[in-house]
Amino acid sequence: MKLLSVRGLSKRFGGIHAVDDVSFDVPQGAIMALIGPNGAGKTTLFHLVSGFLPPDRGSVVFDGSDVLGLMPHQIAARGMARTFQQIRLFPKMSVLENILVGRHLHSRGGFLACMLHLPFTRREERGVREAGREILTFLGLSTQADAEAVRLSYGQQRMVELGRALACEPKILLLDEPAAGLNIRETAEMGKLISRIRDRGVTVFLVEHDMSLVMDISDEIIVLCYGQKIAENIPSAIQQDPDVIRIYLGEGDA
Amino acid sequence: MNLDLFLQYMVAGVTYGTIYGIVAVGFNIIYNATGIINFAQGEFVMLGGMTAVTLGRFLPLPAAILVAVLITMILGALLEILFIRWLHRPSVLRMIVITIGLSILIREAALHIWGESVRALPYFTGNSVTSIQLGGVYISPQVLWVVGISAVVVLILGGFFRYTLLGMQMRACAANRDAARLCGISAKNMVTFSFMLSAGIGALGGCIVSPITYVQYDSGVPLAIKGFTVAILGGLGNSLASVGAGMLLGILESLSISVLPAAYKDVISVAILLVILFVRPSGLFGSSEVSRLKEFG
Amino acid sequence: MRKQALQIAGFAAVVAAIQLVASLTGNVYHLTQMTMSAYYSLVVLGLCILTGYAGQISIGHAGFFAIGGYLSALLTTHDLSAHGGPIVSGLAAMGILTRRPDLYGGELLTVHPWPACIFAVLTAVAVAYAIGGPVLKLKGHYLAMATLGFGIIVYRIVLGTELVGAADGIYDVPAFPLLPGIAVSGKSSLRVMNYYVAWGFVILGMVFLLNLVRSRVGRALASIHGAEDAAEAMGIPTARYKLKIFVVSAAFAAVAGVLLTHYNGGIGPSESSVMKSVRYLAIVAIGGMANLWGTLLMSLLLNYLSLRGYFGTYDDAVFGGILILIMLFAPDGLLRRQLFEELKEAVFPAGGEKET
Repeated sequence: MKLLSVRGLSKRFGGIHAVDDVSFDVPQGAIMALIGPNGAGKTTLFHLVSGFLPPDRGSVVFDGSDVLGLMPHQIAARGMARTFQQIRLFPKMSVLENILVGRHLHSRGGFLACMLHLPFTRREERGVREAGREILTFLGLSTQADAEAVRLSYGQQRMVELGRALACEPKILLLDEPAAGLNIRETAEMGKLISRIRDRGVTVFLVEHDMSLVMDISDEIIVLCYGQKIAENIPSAIQQDPDVIRIYLGEGDA
Repeated sequence: MNLDLFLQYMVAGVTYGTIYGIVAVGFNIIYNATGIINFAQGEFVMLGGMTAVTLGRFLPLPAAILVAVLITMILGALLEILFIRWLHRPSVLRMIVITIGLSILIREAALHIWGESVRALPYFTGNSVTSIQLGGVYISPQVLWVVGISAVVVLILGGFFRYTLLGMQMRACAANRDAARLCGISAKNMVTFSFMLSAGIGALGGCIVSPITYVQYDSGVPLAIKGFTVAILGGLGNSLASVGAGMLLGILESLSISVLPAAYKDVISVAILLVILFVRPSGLFGSSEVSRLKEFG
Repeated sequence: MRKQALQIAGFAAVVAAIQLVASLTGNVYHLTQMTMSAYYSLVVLGLCILTGYAGQISIGHAGFFAIGGYLSALLTTHDLSAHGGPIVSGLAAMGILTRRPDLYGGELLTVHPWPACIFAVLTAVAVAYAIGGPVLKLKGHYLAMATLGFGIIVYRIVLGTELVGAADGIYDVPAFPLLPGIAVSGKSSLRVMNYYVAWGFVILGMVFLLNLVRSRVGRALASIHGAEDAAEAMGIPTARYKLKIFVVSAAFAAVAGVLLTHYNGGIGPSESSVMKSVRYLAIVAIGGMANLWGTLLMSLLLNYLSLRGYFGTYDDAVFGGILILIMLFAPDGLLRRQLFEELKEAVFPAGGEKET
């Protein structure tokens, strides 16, 4: 079943078509990758799908309902979590606290209830912390629970951001360049981690430049260039696609 | 309201509007160079006027004004060097609070130096009752000085930024700091210079308008608010639009007296500020990129 | 949770100790400044949560203080005897209006302090809701200017309106009978009681805010401050939360305004001036921005010193100077959490590792 369906999505900035009439489907349970040269519009597409930018045209249907025009937090509440191209951890908060923010959607206490420290909020907080620690264990970061998140190494910070998104228990996880800045070993581990996340039942939609990672774990790949979709296929077919080869390597000698 | 009264209001509006425009120009110069909004801008105007009045006791008027402007320019440079130059990538909040704090300190210093008394420079020509008749309206010659000198200042400024090397360097710095530095321009010095320029222009404005509006140790804050309103109204960073926007605010404020009690005059400009901020922060002439604030450092 | 209870108890003990020392040494009049200091601290605490935790700068909070104080003062001093009619008599019959003697031996028909207080605070809250929406969409300089503008508008309105006393303000505001036997009033015979009432309100406020900070909502607010986009992506309704915390902080300021006005027996336009707003911000800054206890302690100290006149004519300069120094050298505040962590580490290094 198609978890995410995008039809005719377009966004212009002045004279530039950042995203130009793009349509695709992300099947549930798949790992879908979005690749393309820099400036192809990949992050813009993420912003359009997750509600951070309003599209000029097109439709976005997530889990059966139209999510166009919804605020990002509303789309998040429907089961879409995402990370950002530049790591956006919360400074001055510990690793655990960062992850706990991801549990916001799975707790209820409002302003009044929290100020009065009503009993149900105490229970909730315990549950939230337990879930948070579970995620830290899954990621292998338990020892860093109380460290200040932004002081961790770059690779570890990426993991924390991933953990925070996982804490939302999303149906689909949008990862914006999860391997950016990671070395070969870290990238391979990230690949394994993403596969494990998919095995837990989370659909993954990622933007990535690292071809080894993309080819390794993706079920399907979409190629974007100058805002237009130029290919959508399984990895082995994409590797052979002449259009894709051309945009990455340029024209051969005529 | 008959035509004569209306024209009188217009004249008052243009006079005050010119000063608001001058303050806005000062805001824009610093903002363009640094992305900082200098809450202490109004104090430069106040200092110019107060210093000139004190100097005017033993210097002829033109000399008093000149020296007052120079002193304020030096102060502007000092402020930048002591408090701002060495900050590394300060957050917006930090800059706001620092300039507010500076504004308070300057104001308190002014209070302790000059007390609470209200001062004014003598009229440049004639006195408080001289008036020239221009088509049915009686205008004080000082108004002509205000508008005239301000116009000259804006023109010279325009020419400075377009045709002189230093002006072009400042514009380069404002447009793209790193690229400018790669061309050998000292960004730090440009920032200091922008403070000096802003201070000087503000001080001059304070001098020329003080015979009409008087200056007091706390004249600075309302001017800063209105100057900021005008700067936003015209589009932050756009000095030419500030002039027009200044006129607009001055006239609106002036005309409002006929509708609202005079005590609420200041409320008008602040209300306009809020409306602009809510509805169209890029101002009348700005684009939406303008409303995305620049970064300093 | 236990740690918080201990902190509160410790603070309450300090409050009581101060009172005992003052009473025993015959310096009871110091308690008056401490009481006023308490009410100002309420404003500061609300601002601490808004600006320190949620990161929304406000240089116009004195405006909310004034709305609370002025409305309550107006309603409890404006004589309605001249207005006959069914509404007035109906309200009087319900007990909302009350009769009391005035300075000259005549009789006044005014609103009873309780409904006046409720009305004043609700109005402030309504104003906060109304302007909070558009104001909080702004960032950085624009937000600061908008809040500054709000404060100035309130100031100009109270300064220029005859009904609320213009430059003289409103005086002869009656005592506020909170509960049978407990009244907020400046009478010297009630000085000690009022001291405890005031600090009681502060402690109550602290409990609420400490609970909030250590809860899911507090975490959400901190995350909005840290990275608003990421917070939004985690399902936090950032605009709604910013508005709610703005309203909460406005409510704190308004309540403080009402209570202090009844304690002082009056209010003047200076309470809504820009300088007052700047002071509140300076105290939050020096207290550590996101540090409730630090802010409270600094508020206690600085307000007391200022009210006793220790800063003389340099009062405003002191607060302005504090702001600059803090922002230049310690932008995270003087008593920031990190500093305490570092000190703790230095004095009590972490114990040996557990066996696995």
